[in-house]
Order: sequence, then structure tokens, then C-alpha cells
Amino acid sequence: MTTLSRRALFGAAALLAAPAVARAQSQARLLVIGGGFGGATAAQFARRRFPWLDVTLVEPQTRFVTCPYGNLVLAGTKRMEDITFTYDGLRARGVRVVHDRAAGIDPAARTVRLGGGETLAYDRLILSPGIAIRYGALEGYDEAAAEALPHAWIPSDGTQTRLLRRQLEEMPDGGVVGITIPANPFRCPPGPYERISMIAAYLKRHKPRSKILALDAKEAFSKQGLFQDAWNELYPGMIEWVPASRDGKVVRVDARERVMESEFGERHRPAVLNVIPPQAAARIAADTGLTDSSGWVPVHANTLESRAAPGIHVVGDAHIPGPMPKSGYVANSTAKQAVASAAASLRGERPPEALYFNTCYSHVGEDYGISIVGVFRPNAEGTAIAEVPQSGGVSPRGNLPEQRRLEAIYADAWYESITREMFA
Amino acid sequence: MTPFRLAPFAILMALAAPAHAQAPLAAEGCLGCHGPNGEGAGGIPAIAGRDAAELRAIMAQCRANERPATIMGRVARGYTDAEIAAMADHFAQSRR
Repeated sequence: MTTLSRRALFGAAALLAAPAVARAQSQARLLVIGGGFGGATAAQFARRRFPWLDVTLVEPQTRFVTCPYGNLVLAGTKRMEDITFTYDGLRARGVRVVHDRAAGIDPAARTVRLGGGETLAYDRLILSPGIAIRYGALEGYDEAAAEALPHAWIPSDGTQTRLLRRQLEEMPDGGVVGITIPANPFRCPPGPYERISMIAAYLKRHKPRSKILALDAKEAFSKQGLFQDAWNELYPGMIEWVPASRDGKVVRVDARERVMESEFGERHRPAVLNVIPPQAAARIAADTGLTDSSGWVPVHANTLESRAAPGIHVVGDAHIPGPMPKSGYVANSTAKQAVASAAASLRGERPPEALYFNTCYSHVGEDYGISIVGVFRPNAEGTAIAEVPQSGGVSPRGNLPEQRRLEAIYADAWYESITREMFA
Repeated sequence: MTPFRLAPFAILMALAAPAHAQAPLAAEGCLGCHGPNGEGAGGIPAIAGRDAAELRAIMAQCRANERPATIMGRVARGYTDAEIAAMADHFAQSRR
């Protein structure tokens, strides 16, 4: 009802102000590619705030499985259906949802060709395509290998997460779970370490003689002190994390032998091997010529518009976010700014000043949550995104059980809130 | 309640107070945790329908580390006084 009255109110205000403009604007087409945290937020926000926009969302899957909380499915504390959503809520809000694949974008003609053959024209495009696994970047890891050594990093229809969960369930007590972790940047910087924690929680309950061996291509990671404090406290002796300087960089995997091989030739053969592989922006971004040599998409700091193609705003994990993490909350925040900028452009107005917000919670054990917060703005020149000094940061370290307990509760509340915003 | 029946009221409201119709963009950052309308979610408290002065005071205390908080101190230090005032006004006028 609030939505209805707001929509009516704004429609009425616009009509009173300038009926001719309102009629022209009512035909402005906002096309959104990708129905994840960036795209679903963009579509709902556009309908809520700019009801004069005609909003179409293109997403091949009829159900969306979230990346966040996938690690809790691995732990066995959430079920797949708890993290699966439909697009019915967006349809009810007036978004035209097209379940098809975006096969190609023509930035000059401002059209998108769909896999099914249809071509959609747009006035502004919000591109939130997510990531692609760079198959082949890690020797031995291709699509076939992923069927034996799951990445479980792109949920898709949930197959990968289910596979890794089944392998953990089938592993005998006393087995070693191997995890390979890539260099930056990748989706969800704290994600591998939350995963280590959640697998450890499962093993502690069900297979207490088992161990986790995590080989990392980096020297340091997000919320590191907090994670390692928690591992020592909750899972003593269970987790071995090996940084690059101690030969943690994995250069080769063998799916048949289930081997991960380090830079200096050490071959580990764990009972279960989860490969978190190198990543890049989803393929359509590269095919459209939006990516640079890093494989990710450079964007303008204030509008998130592609530096290569005007009219295309790129949000979510595919873009280069400066100091911001590739997180669900940043996808949500950048999607709103991108839509507001697109709407302003369509009305011949200046885009609003950007203010980006992030909070990432991680579960590390029962009643034990930690977080990182960030508030970001474009710099004075508007050339890059910068974190607001003296703000944000990670949870305090130390023996703070009440803080950890509350953050675990707030993590669940965040998930409920942000998914409701997108899909309810 | 159809949009048609709402429309006359909406026009009056639009003329009277258009500034309060939409959340300021700064307030959009709150919604990911505090609920899509500021109504709260799970264990996270509602911010909609609370007194604006109270909301401003809470944010000021969080910013100065004068109030027990898990993350709101880290959050509040990222926003200007003007942004906090705009958020407080918005949520004070929002229904839960």
C-alpha cells in the first residue's frame, strides 16, 4: 500500500508539473540484464522510485539462489530452499521479467539480442551480469573438472553447492578438505574464510577428526585477525591456512587424481577438493568490449556508467569498484546509484552525488558473527571511489562474546532484509 | 485501495510536501539491514516512525562511541550531519 500511494503520488506530481514531459518519460525504457543482487535491486528500485520508467529484467533462470548463505547450506544449518527466490515479487511490482539469456549488446544501436531471438531496445541499460570462472587460468580446471572438484562459487541453479555438500557428507571422518583460494580480486573477499569456518563447524559436529587445508594465493585476507582468532577458539587444530609465502599458491589441479599442486611442486590429495578459481566479469561484458586487460569493467565513479560504452551502467561484481568489495551490499548500493543516474540522464538532469554503502557479515560459528563496514564516495575530482576516512572497518578483536552473538543475529536479519527488498 | 482512489489525496500531498515522498539516496543504504521500509528485520530494530531528534541523537552517540553498538559506530562516521538529518526526517515520517 505504501508503494501504491508513493507511486500514485509521484505520478500525480509529475503530471501536474509537466504533462508533456511525463508522457514522453513514461516511454523511457530501462533494461536490466541479470537478476542477482545488482539487477534485482535495480529493477525494484527503478519501479519504486521512478515509476515513469518502463522496466524490463532479462535473466535466464526462473529461480535465484543467493551466494550469501550458501556457506550455511554447506554447514547444514540452512537448506537450499532457504536461499532460493523467485521473480514473482518483481513481476508484481510491474517489472517485465524475461527469462532468456542476453546473447549480445549493441551499444551504438542500444539494443540487446536475446538467446531466443528477440531483440529488446533500451534507452538506458543496467548491466549486472555477475562473474565468470576463468576456466583454464588454473591449469587442469575446466568445466569438466568442476563436476568433480566443485567451485560452488556461482550458485546458478544450486548444483555446485549441492555437489560440494554431498561430497562433505560422504567424506569419512578423518578426511582432509582441501580448498584453493585465488589472488584478488574475486567475488566476496571474506567468502572463502567464511566457507572454511562453516565447513569446520560441520566437521566439528559430525566428523571431528577431519581437517581443512586451505592453500591461498595471497598473503593476507579480509577480516583475517578476526577469522583466525575464531578458528583458534572454536576449531583448534582443525584448520591449516597456508599463504603464498609458505607455498600456498596452487598452480595446477588434477580432477581425476583429486590433487592440488603448489608452486613449488608439493602435491596434496585431500578427500574433498573445493577449488575457488580465478574469476572475471561475466562473458557478455567482455563480448561487448566493456572490460579492460584485467577482465573487469572500468566505470565512472559517480554514475557507474561504462567508460567504454555510454548508456550502459555496470553494477555488481563485474565492475571495478575501487576500494569497495565485490559484495551483495555493494551490488545493491551501486545498482541504486546507477538507476538514479540513468533516470537523471533520461530527464536531462545531473546525476545525484553518489554515496555507496557496504556491510558484509560472516558467520564463523554458532552464535558467532563478524563484519566489515564501508562508506564510500567519489573523490573530489570524481575520478575514483574512495572510502570515507575514519569510518567503516571491521569488528573489534578480543574476547567479546556478546558482540559476536549479536553480529550473528544481525547477519541473519541483514539477509532477511536485503532479500525482502529485492524479491518480496 | 486502488491508485485511482488514492490519486486526489496524492495530488494534495504532492503539493503540500513533495520533499518527503522519497527516501534521500543516503537513506537507501539503511534499508539493506533495517528493512525495505525501515520497518526492522529479525533482530535489527525499526527506524521508521521514530522521532527524528531521537534518530539524530542515536547516530551522534554512535559516531562518538558514546553508545554501545556492534556496527553503527563504524556506519555513522561515514555520513555528514546533513545526511543524517535527512535520513532522520525521512524515517520519522515513514510508516512501519
